[in-house]
Amino acid sequence: MGTFILKRLGQAVVVVILVTMIAFALLHSLPGGAARATLGKEATQEQIDQFNHDNGFDLPVPQQYVRYVGDIAQGDFGYSYKLNQDVSDAINQRLPKTILLSLISTILAIGFAVPLGVWQAVKRNRGPDYTITIAAMLAYSTPIFFLGLLLIILFSQVWPILPPEAPQGYTVAEVMGDPKALILPVITLAIVTVASYSRYVRSSMVDNLNEQYVRTARAKGMSEARVVFVHTLRNAMFPVITLLGLYIPALFSGALVVETLFNFNGMGLLFWQSAQNRDYPILLGVTIILALATVIGALVADMLYAVADPRVRLAGKK
Amino acid sequence: MTTNSTSHDEGARARQAEPAVGVPRRRGVWRQGAEVFFQNRLAVLGLIIVIALVLFSFVGPLFYRTDQVHTSLPNSYLPPGPGHPLGTDGLGYDQLGRLMVGGQTSITVGLLAGIFATFIGTLWGAVAGFIGGKVDAFMMRVVDALMSIPALFLFMLMATIVTPSVPLLIVIIGAFAWLGPARLVRGETLSLRSREYIMAMRGMGGTSGRAIRTHIVRNAIGTVVVNATFQVADAVLYVAYLSFLGLGVPPPAANWGGMLSTGLTDAYSGNWWLIFPPGIAIILIVLAFNFIGDGLRDAFEVRLRKR
Repeated sequence: MGTFILKRLGQAVVVVILVTMIAFALLHSLPGGAARATLGKEATQEQIDQFNHDNGFDLPVPQQYVRYVGDIAQGDFGYSYKLNQDVSDAINQRLPKTILLSLISTILAIGFAVPLGVWQAVKRNRGPDYTITIAAMLAYSTPIFFLGLLLIILFSQVWPILPPEAPQGYTVAEVMGDPKALILPVITLAIVTVASYSRYVRSSMVDNLNEQYVRTARAKGMSEARVVFVHTLRNAMFPVITLLGLYIPALFSGALVVETLFNFNGMGLLFWQSAQNRDYPILLGVTIILALATVIGALVADMLYAVADPRVRLAGKK
Repeated sequence: MTTNSTSHDEGARARQAEPAVGVPRRRGVWRQGAEVFFQNRLAVLGLIIVIALVLFSFVGPLFYRTDQVHTSLPNSYLPPGPGHPLGTDGLGYDQLGRLMVGGQTSITVGLLAGIFATFIGTLWGAVAGFIGGKVDAFMMRVVDALMSIPALFLFMLMATIVTPSVPLLIVIIGAFAWLGPARLVRGETLSLRSREYIMAMRGMGGTSGRAIRTHIVRNAIGTVVVNATFQVADAVLYVAYLSFLGLGVPPPAANWGGMLSTGLTDAYSGNWWLIFPPGIAIILIVLAFNFIGDGLRDAFEVRLRKR
């Protein structure tokens, strides 16, 4: 157990270092250099020299990198001249809202995907399986913003029961105070997520239903419901946990589109606005934070898997 | 993946055994695969949709001529009617003609970016899996690092640094979409590299490069081809997303994603002809490539399992 976790932790640390290197490389490939990209076309040479000196961009590259990583480790992602705000403050305001949106959507998606996937596996290669597979592929093939738009047209125009815009509250509590406005964004993100999750659950269930232990359970005269829901589902969910960890980046990508479409003031919208303004300190800060969140999420998923399934941690030992 | 390659190995042995035992030669593996593919109704439907959309986009403009370069403001927002079967958009472009031109960009970028991504991913994965050890560990951590940054954020970041054009869009999407194929091919290579025929080739003095080029890549071809199809589907979606996020190809060039995003602003004015045709076109082509990918996967698997 210890070796597995240590090995996995070591990998995560290497990945994080590589992510900071990628961000650092991007920072230095900005058009006209970081100073020009931040200060704009009008900046004078003195201002640029001053900026470079203030940010340590006149130091040798390895030294700059060390300084960059040191700043990030202390939670300092630089200063956004466009927002007139510390990047970390801007992110702190919005990250909880994106997490809220992603979390509710994920819980909703799991709630639908597990029963759907199980049903598909039980009815494998028959009517319900095909129908759900095609529906999932249809959802997967639809651009999220088109799906969201269809929902807006349906539920805010044709049958106006829901607002077309996400809650505009400043804090998570304020956002939660307007649950009706959260429905459309959450459902849009959840539908796309269900499409992927139900496929994971289905294939994992199909694999497990072919196992010997299932045959044994049936031979002992156990009821089919108990075989499927107690024995097989429990085992089938282990690999799904890891897949959920791997799905985190796709979830954030989805949130980017949903937040932009519904004007929900989270990390995605912040990133989108910053991309329009070419606000690079924010763009790089958000990128690093999301990459960190992804690495930690995948790490947690793998560890849960190892805690739940002894075969994984024993495999690491040999 | 492991089941895939084991059956592959058995297949190779069975092929050698056949003439010796004197069993009449069976139909070629490729033909068997093709039969399985064409028995899959969804895969055939996907193929038909792709062919139809390619013809629509590339041959259509030869028969249905429209001006897609000059704006014509007096003719803006015309509803579907005579002369304009799908109406006109906010700049007076004929919507049906624009759908054809936009399809050219969407399909070209999707195809080329998907193929580009698959090519890099296959090479990267094959090299990492073949060399193994520390090099493999490092190469895979690079993949992990790039994968941990959500794809759309990475694409957007790149699109702010360089001004997107059609070739650049292909490069940007291809340069970051190769991570999935790299992982798949690496897994495949790990199980292939210790096979006897590769040992034998190396014993005869074959180089690692040769092993990767002629044996590993060819044996992993099933995985690669199936994945390439899904990559194309994803690339078409990415182009659409980048357009929606305001970083697609600049006008007057058109693509389905861009048309759909422009249509979004008209969503509340009831100009349905500006939203549904490009939206449905995107869904159709992505769905079609996904159907084809599923059909190909079955075809490759059955081809291997049947023997």
